[in-house]
Amino acid sequence: MKKQLTIRKWFWVWDFEEEEDWLNEMALQGWALDGVGFATFHFISCEPGSYTIRLEMHGHDSDYLGFLGETGVEYLGRVFAWVYFRKKTEAGAFDIFSDIDSKIRHLDRICKMLLVIGLANLGIGMIHPSSAGRINLLCGALLMYALGRIHGKKEALKRERALRE
Amino acid sequence: MNENIALTEAVYYILLSLYTPQHGYGIMQQTEQLSGGRVRLAAGTLYGALSTLSEKGWITALKEEPGSRRKEYQLTDQGLHVLKNELERLQQLVANGAAVMGGTQE
Repeated sequence: MKKQLTIRKWFWVWDFEEEEDWLNEMALQGWALDGVGFATFHFISCEPGSYTIRLEMHGHDSDYLGFLGETGVEYLGRVFAWVYFRKKTEAGAFDIFSDIDSKIRHLDRICKMLLVIGLANLGIGMIHPSSAGRINLLCGALLMYALGRIHGKKEALKRERALRE
Repeated sequence: MNENIALTEAVYYILLSLYTPQHGYGIMQQTEQLSGGRVRLAAGTLYGALSTLSEKGWITALKEEPGSRRKEYQLTDQGLHVLKNELERLQQLVANGAAVMGGTQE
């Protein structure tokens, strides 16, 4: 019987690559991601290294999930706008993005999302000068910081794109 | 429209694969095969490119067969024109490289 394991772990949005690395490290150790929740990861035991895990920020899009399904990719679930996938390593290499342009577009989607939620929080925080409002201000500030971090990654990719695809 | 632009390698291979109608996974396989395994289109990249190319009118989705989940795409006349221009541009690149570097012989 397959063993199950649940780990609670928090990743900041700018650490999504580290999150993916960690999930793949778990798969290498024989724990394949099987489901997700808020700061919660559910694993099942697997042959070590038999899965590749990827995550992406993507809106609700059943066409997209069907498209990935055709290529042997399993959809594991979503947390807010973050979608988690896995694919058997024997079914071939698994990446979501294969060129700099699409990586930049992905970071752009993250930036836009952070900007909208961040500004909404700052707006609410300024209208309501209560303690709840201060929490909104704090959230807004944090989201703006996240935006800066993601923007930095995007700019680095843009500089690279000036030289190659 | 300015068509004197360089296509990305992904877009070039997608258009080339759609010389005959093809579904998404077929495009990935054909690209890998044509490039001898060097170019692998990842699913997210391909999905984004297919919707952008459809919006530009370079490719079009074929009417779905009843019972089929897979959407097939094909090149439009405009897409074919873009592909031909790109081929000419690439041929010029190779010819210039060969001329400056002293031919294709080792």
